[in-house]
Amino acid sequence: MVPLKAYRVMDHTGTVLDSAHEPRLSKEQVVNCYKKMVQLHVIDGILYEAQRQGRISFYMTHYGEEAMIGTAAALEDCDVVYGQYREAFMLLYRGFTMDEMMNQCFSNDLDYGKGRQMPIHYGSKKLNFQTISSPLATQIPQATGAAYALKRSASRACVACFFGEGAASEGDFHAGLNMAATLNCPVIFLCRNNGYAISTPASEQYKGDGIASRGVGYGIDTIRVDGNDIWAVYNATKAARQIAVEENRPVLIEAMTYRIGHHSTSDDSTKYRDRKEVEERAKFDNPVTRLRRYLENKQWWTQEEEDQWRKEVRSSLMKSFSAAEKRKKPAVDALFTDVYDELPQNLRDQKQELQDLMKKYPEYYDTSDYASSL
Amino acid sequence: MQPGFRQLASRSLHYIQRRGYAAGSAQPQDGIKQGVAHSLLLKRTAEDALRNPELAHMSAIDGETRKMNLFQAVNDAMSIALATDDNAVVFGEDVSFGGVFRATTGLAEKFGKDRVFNTPLTEQGIAGFAIGMAAVGHTAIAEIQFADYIFPAFDQLVNEAAKYRYRSGNQFNVGGMTIRAPCSAVGHGGHYHSQSPEAFFAHCPGLKIVTPRSPIQAKGLLLASIRDRNPVIFFEPKNLYRAAVEEVPVADYELPLSKAEVLKRGKDVTIVGYGAQMYTLENAVQLAEKKMPGLSCELIDLRTIMPWDVDTVVESVNKTGRLVVAHEAPKSSGMGAEISSTIMERCFLRLEAPIQRVCGWDTPFPLIFEKFYMPNMIRCFDAIKNAVNY
Repeated sequence: MVPLKAYRVMDHTGTVLDSAHEPRLSKEQVVNCYKKMVQLHVIDGILYEAQRQGRISFYMTHYGEEAMIGTAAALEDCDVVYGQYREAFMLLYRGFTMDEMMNQCFSNDLDYGKGRQMPIHYGSKKLNFQTISSPLATQIPQATGAAYALKRSASRACVACFFGEGAASEGDFHAGLNMAATLNCPVIFLCRNNGYAISTPASEQYKGDGIASRGVGYGIDTIRVDGNDIWAVYNATKAARQIAVEENRPVLIEAMTYRIGHHSTSDDSTKYRDRKEVEERAKFDNPVTRLRRYLENKQWWTQEEEDQWRKEVRSSLMKSFSAAEKRKKPAVDALFTDVYDELPQNLRDQKQELQDLMKKYPEYYDTSDYASSL
Repeated sequence: MQPGFRQLASRSLHYIQRRGYAAGSAQPQDGIKQGVAHSLLLKRTAEDALRNPELAHMSAIDGETRKMNLFQAVNDAMSIALATDDNAVVFGEDVSFGGVFRATTGLAEKFGKDRVFNTPLTEQGIAGFAIGMAAVGHTAIAEIQFADYIFPAFDQLVNEAAKYRYRSGNQFNVGGMTIRAPCSAVGHGGHYHSQSPEAFFAHCPGLKIVTPRSPIQAKGLLLASIRDRNPVIFFEPKNLYRAAVEEVPVADYELPLSKAEVLKRGKDVTIVGYGAQMYTLENAVQLAEKKMPGLSCELIDLRTIMPWDVDTVVESVNKTGRLVVAHEAPKSSGMGAEISSTIMERCFLRLEAPIQRVCGWDTPFPLIFEKFYMPNMIRCFDAIKNAVNY
């Protein structure tokens, strides 16, 4: 079997292979992409450490997959995004602030999710980013449904739906892609194939030619790209968006990349893969370094700017970090609200029951860390 | 799950109902004419239909009624929902040609193929698709062909739909979605065309579970479910699709969710059920009141299974001191268990007999043994007797 080739625009030295494929982005746009990639890298470093120190309960890094920000650059703000969990690049690109991020990770009273979900389960109504949930691949048929609705409302917007190659083994992947094809939905499926689903290598995940080969079977226009090449990712997404919005057809993009970090803070990946292999991949084929070389080739970026930007991100992140850490948890009331649009009788009763208990045993129900008691 | 088999099932259902089995035994036992065809719960005149205080708000002009069976009432509700909301769509397996139970007949022709359409055969996909549409503000009315086949969508319904509003801090919600599914026994449905899975979902905060007993109820409750700002699973007792016929108001009306309905006032024992079981309970009450002169039973249709109307049942049991709960689903961890324990907590000092649960046995739903499995009139009668003679 001859595997489908991955589309690539620039090599690992940041050199564009065919200038016809170079996106004509301004210096400002390219620098913006790079700065967001670095910003994500810095955030990941600090939050990963914060979890190690027990200051937040959980974290997942994006190491090695930062070039996926090319998708963000290719989409429009009106496009609805469904993520899996390793897609904070999309939020950063659209203007999610570090305050907003820290508020979610610390589950404080400013968290939009009201402290109900684990860290990194971001969501933003304002930025058209549907709230992340843990069950894998559930977002795939949902993205298809949302795309159908967008088509009906003639909004000329599409849906971008991200997932890993492991999630693509779930039944919902099959359901979502088949429905998108048969119902002509403007949705772009973006698979991050990073070689591992926790400890399971891709070789134990599927026997076919990755995820891309399946798209053809569903009758979906499909492309495999070098996922460490921001311009390959950008071009593919741009073209996919055109197909989705103009022709109401889904597109599948498989971005080949490598998960440099551990799966999550609950995982030690040295238990199932060679540390040296990871270090070599991180060094030889790093999406951040690749874009940096591209910028340097154009003389759009210097070491001083790099140092200055990292310092800037670090210091404002630390400000957000300690502000978020200091804030109180949400009001205890938020335990009961939003299960339904209104509190039904059983929840009113149960809220009363907890309230009575808290009054009876105040020493066991300290609420001083919460914005308000019940 | 071959569609061919499902269609066969619905066709033979039609055949058997015409022979009258699903409507109850042809032979009156103890002088009681059993089944839906003889039910006094159905409104056979326009005047009767509109006497309902829940419909009192309808003006004289709106007061027109039309004879409909349950699938026609469901069809009428969806037609109104589509006509009054441009963002509403109806979809599922085989809904385009009218549905295997005819519930979507004529809708595709009337509202267009982009609003009433077939999906591939994938229940998890249908549920996920509905969630996605609702998450961006549209109204999704999805059909699962049989409640027995809702389990592939369990993850989407329980982990996703039910938690969508809560987990996003109310930034997003899927209030615009409604899942319809034919449920319950049908005479010959065997394991996978007979189930009543309501208790699986009643254990999941965030979902509403509704089931109607008649065409008037089906139309009003379905319209309320579609317009409710929460995800609703609407279980339609499939043996009532053709068997239950009554005069249904033609107008656009809704019946309240989370509100039980007292169908018959009584003072000695409270009888609670929902869906098709209401007709069995009606007969059991008739038999009990005939065999035990002076006995008066209070009959309550729960209508919404979750969040259920605790107050109405509590008020009734505080008056009667006795409770019988009946449903087709298996006994262990069924809705009967939930109702019993809540009533025990709330009415402990008023209870004069153990609460009686009359349910399906804790077995898969059997084909040839259906009549021994069902919580039929005689089992419900026996439970009433046990409660009052305790």
